[in-house]
Order: sequence, then C-alpha cells, then structure tokens
Amino acid sequence: MLGLVVVPTPTWYLVLSAVLFSIGAVGVLVRRNPLVMFMCIELMLNAVNLTFVTVGRAMSDINGQAIVFFVMVVAAAEVVVGLGIIVSIMRRRSGVNVDDLTELKG
Amino acid sequence: MMLAANMFVGPAIDWMKISPLLVMLGGVLLLILGGSLTPQWKKGAYGIVGALTAAGAAVLTAMLWRDLGNGEPTTLIANALTYSKFSLFATFTIAVGTLLAIFVTSGFLVREGEDGPEVFALILSASIGGMVMVQANDLIVMFLGLETLSLAFYLLTASSRSRTASGEAGLKYFVLGGFASAFFLYGVALVFGATGSTNIDKIATSLSANTVLGGSSTMLLAGIALLLVGFGFKVSLVPFHTWTADVYQGAPTPITALMGSVGKTAAFVALIRVFTGALGNRSDDWGPVVVVLAVLTLVVGSVLAVVQTDVKRMLAFSSISHAGFILVGLAAASKINSSDAGLGSSNALGYLFIYSILVVGTLAVVTIVAGKGDAETSLDAFKGLGKSHPVLAMGMTVLLLAQAGVPLTSGFVAKFGIIRAAVSTESYVLAVVAMLAAVIAAFLYLRIMVSMWLSESESTREISISMISRLAMLLCVAGTLAIGMFPSLLLQFTNQL
Repeated sequence: MLGLVVVPTPTWYLVLSAVLFSIGAVGVLVRRNPLVMFMCIELMLNAVNLTFVTVGRAMSDINGQAIVFFVMVVAAAEVVVGLGIIVSIMRRRSGVNVDDLTELKG
Repeated sequence: MMLAANMFVGPAIDWMKISPLLVMLGGVLLLILGGSLTPQWKKGAYGIVGALTAAGAAVLTAMLWRDLGNGEPTTLIANALTYSKFSLFATFTIAVGTLLAIFVTSGFLVREGEDGPEVFALILSASIGGMVMVQANDLIVMFLGLETLSLAFYLLTASSRSRTASGEAGLKYFVLGGFASAFFLYGVALVFGATGSTNIDKIATSLSANTVLGGSSTMLLAGIALLLVGFGFKVSLVPFHTWTADVYQGAPTPITALMGSVGKTAAFVALIRVFTGALGNRSDDWGPVVVVLAVLTLVVGSVLAVVQTDVKRMLAFSSISHAGFILVGLAAASKINSSDAGLGSSNALGYLFIYSILVVGTLAVVTIVAGKGDAETSLDAFKGLGKSHPVLAMGMTVLLLAQAGVPLTSGFVAKFGIIRAAVSTESYVLAVVAMLAAVIAAFLYLRIMVSMWLSESESTREISISMISRLAMLLCVAGTLAIGMFPSLLLQFTNQL
C-alpha cells in the first residue's frame, strides 16, 4: 500500500471553482447554441456556489452556506425566464443558433 | 419543541420605512391577481393602476425624506437595507422614472392593441428590484435586487409579439445579463472570502482595520475586479457595452426608456454604493481602473453614436456616453483624501435623476414617431417632423439640447455638476476628456434635429398621439426646462446627500 495521504485544503476547492467558472465563461463565449450557453451560465453560478461553501467552511461561517440557497433560487428563476424566451423564439423559427439571430446589428 | 420555537426572534422590521417597496409590491400583486381573475379592464386602466402605484411610492419616499430630516443614516431589517438620504433620493429617482415610463408604455400598448396587466406588473417588479439594489446594505441583498430587476427586464425586452427583433434582443440581453450576474456574484464570493462578510459596513470596517483574512489580498483584488466587470456590463461601460445597442434597438421603445432610466439608475447607484461604501478604503486599487473605463466609455460611446443611422441605436450609444459622464463622478469620489470626494457621488446621483427624465422623454417621442408596429425608428422617420408636428418636434428639440448639455436645460446642470466634482478633486484630464466627449456627442443630437427641421419628409405617414403620451412628453419637457432654469429645485436636495 502506498502511504500517500493528501488532505485537500480550501485552496484546492477555490482553484477548482475558478477552473469551473472559467470553463463556463469560455463556454458562453464560444458555443453557439443558446441552450448550451445557458448551461454554461449555470455552471458559472454553481462554481460561485462552491466558492461560497468553501469560504464559509474555512471561516466556520454558516452564512457562506446560507447564501448558496439564495443563489440556487435565483438560478432556478433564471432557468424559467431563459427557457421561456428561447421557446418563444423557437415557435417562430426552426432551430436555435445564435448566429441566425442577426436582425439587430450596426 | 415549543421552547425552540419561542426562542426564535426575527429581526425588527420598521414597516413604515420600507413602505415604498411594499406599495410597489401591492401594485404588482393587484395587477397580476386582479388582472387574471377579472375580465379585460377598460382601455388604459392597467396603466392607471401602475402609474398610481409608482406615484404612491414616490410620495411615500418624499415623506420619508422629510421624516428623516437631518437625522443620521440607519439600517433596516438586521442591516440588510440602508436608510439614508442617498438611498431615499435614489429610490425617488426610480419611482419617478417608473411613473413616466408607465405613461409611455400605456399609450404604446393601447396603440398596439396589446393592453394587459403583465407588462405593467413586470415594470413594477423591475422597479422593486431597482429599489432593493439602491437600498441594499448587503451584497447578497443587492444581488437579489439585481436579479429581480434583470429577470423582469429580459421578459419586458422580449415582450413584443409583433416584432421578431424583440425576441432576439431578449435572448441577447438574457445571455449577456446572466453572464454579467455570474461575474458580479463571483466578485461577491471572493470579497466575502477576503473580508469575512457580505455586509457593506462590515466589509468597510474589515478593510479599514486591514485584517484581510489569510493574507489573501489577491483574493480581494480579484473580487474587486470581478465586481467591476459585473457592474460594467450592467451599466454598459466600454468594453462591456456590446449588448446595449442591440437590446435598446430590439426592445419595445417604452421598455428602452425604462432601461435607460430605472435600469441605469439602479445599477449605477449600486456601483457607487459598493465601491465608495464597502471598498472605499481600497480606492488606490480601483480608482485608476475607473478613470480608464470612464475615458474609454466617454470617447467610444460618443464616437460610435455619431455613425449610427437608427435613432434608438444612436440613443443607446448616447446612453453609453452618459454612463461615462456618471463614471467621472465615481472617479472623483474615489479621491477619498479630498474634501470634495462626496461631490462625486452626490452629483452622479443628480445626473441620474436628470438623465432619467431626459431619456424617458426622448424615447416617448421616438415611441410616437415609430408609429403602429413600433417599426419606424430610422433617422429617415424623423424627416420633416418639424413641419408636420411642430409641437412634437419642439419637445424633442428641447430634450435633445438637454442631452447635449446646453445651458438653460437640465442637461447643463447635470454635466456642470460632474465637471465641477472632477475639477475640485483635481482630475483635470478627466474633466477635459468629458467636455470633449460632450462636444462629439452634441453632433449626434444635432443630426436628429437637422433631420427634423431641415429635411423634407418623403413619406406621408399618419402619426397618432394619445393623450397619455402627450402627458408623458409634457412632464419630461417641463421637468427639463424647470431644472435647467432653476437648478436650485434639484440642487437643494442633492446638496444634502
């Protein structure tokens, strides 16, 4: 047996959440399907949740965990609104690709 | 079990002091429940309920202002909200902006045959979000206000069923707005990690005691940067402005007015509160960044405004240029060692009040000229307006002159206040750049005026003007001229901030 014991420190989680947040941010910028862009935004919000939990845990502050619930509620509300808008566009045109939405430019 | 239940003591709530919020909430519930449980109301009745609600909130805020007198600022509901002249004036600005925008919306919806309770309920919810944002004393409360405001705005932007551009604008706004909210929230999380609190007062105390936990000043700086990016999107600062023109053009015109007044006021006041209130101690770190952003926003906003051919897009870029001006106020407020730093934030708020009235008035005229279907917003649609509708063209001219900052209009008072704040905190370069940008932007307003007065109309479109649109325009023009000729009407209040 290898006696390798590594105890994760809060920094690990902070780095992980920074990586997840970056993946989400890059995803919003490079993907062209609104649903995927939308999932990337959710990924960014949940990366922030991980930061809140980590910080709360590191400081023994329950507020960090309480805040996560607020963020989850907001994220859920955002899903409702976002999907509503996407559905209303889908009804009028076939397929969703943000590159096809080019009526507004200048 | 009983004992445990009795031991819970909720925070004390001073109901009177949050009455503007409660009145707005009551209006939303009345419109949604009453609107869905009863048959279609009379033409314009939904708008009247919405307008009365906003007016009620404005009156209550004015009463609270008098009640506060020279009293000390306090906090409400376990430090969640502030109660100060600054927050009350910002709340009042939002209520007035909402009231005027509801007038424009009501005329618009009746003309389009889409009158209903939903749009007004959403407008009032957006304003509640804005009011929570400007009163928030905690970054999470501010986030909740921001999301209430933004979610309502996404829906309002996409609310026009007759124009496909509306849905497109709604989706664009939604994606970039959600993106920006995530940045804002990540900033909050990192500031929370660095200072141990999300409360604005506690963050300030923690920073002044210089007890950044775990020596994580990198974390604090990253948090400040992310907050600035998040706010930068919301108030459309260059280089985070790309969504603005598309959304302003695609949204139904009265909603564009609401975004320019309520949306901008709420986001800017929150920005000022967070950066001067919570992070004021670290202004050496963020001050220079704000200066760079202000210069970029002023120059790029003004220059890009001039080359547009659609009036709504022009006004979108002009709003970016105005945002640059307001940011100059924040740059002045960042000089915390100067005795005049307070001028920066109070004059920025005065600017927001004046701009709210101007932008709603201007877009009220655009709404009227765009005609049924809300389609004719190109510069050509304004040709010959001076001949066919001289009163309308006159009103538009006054509002455009005010946006350009011509003396005897409120725009001059606003711009003068900001330049004064910049000069008295010795930001001379910034003051010069701001004045040059105002000159460039003036060209844009002149273009619209030339189009109205000196060009011949090519089409013979009929323009119908409803009573309520007339009222909205009249109020905006009267306010613009009154503040322009008697600046003390406004200054007696902003000087107390």
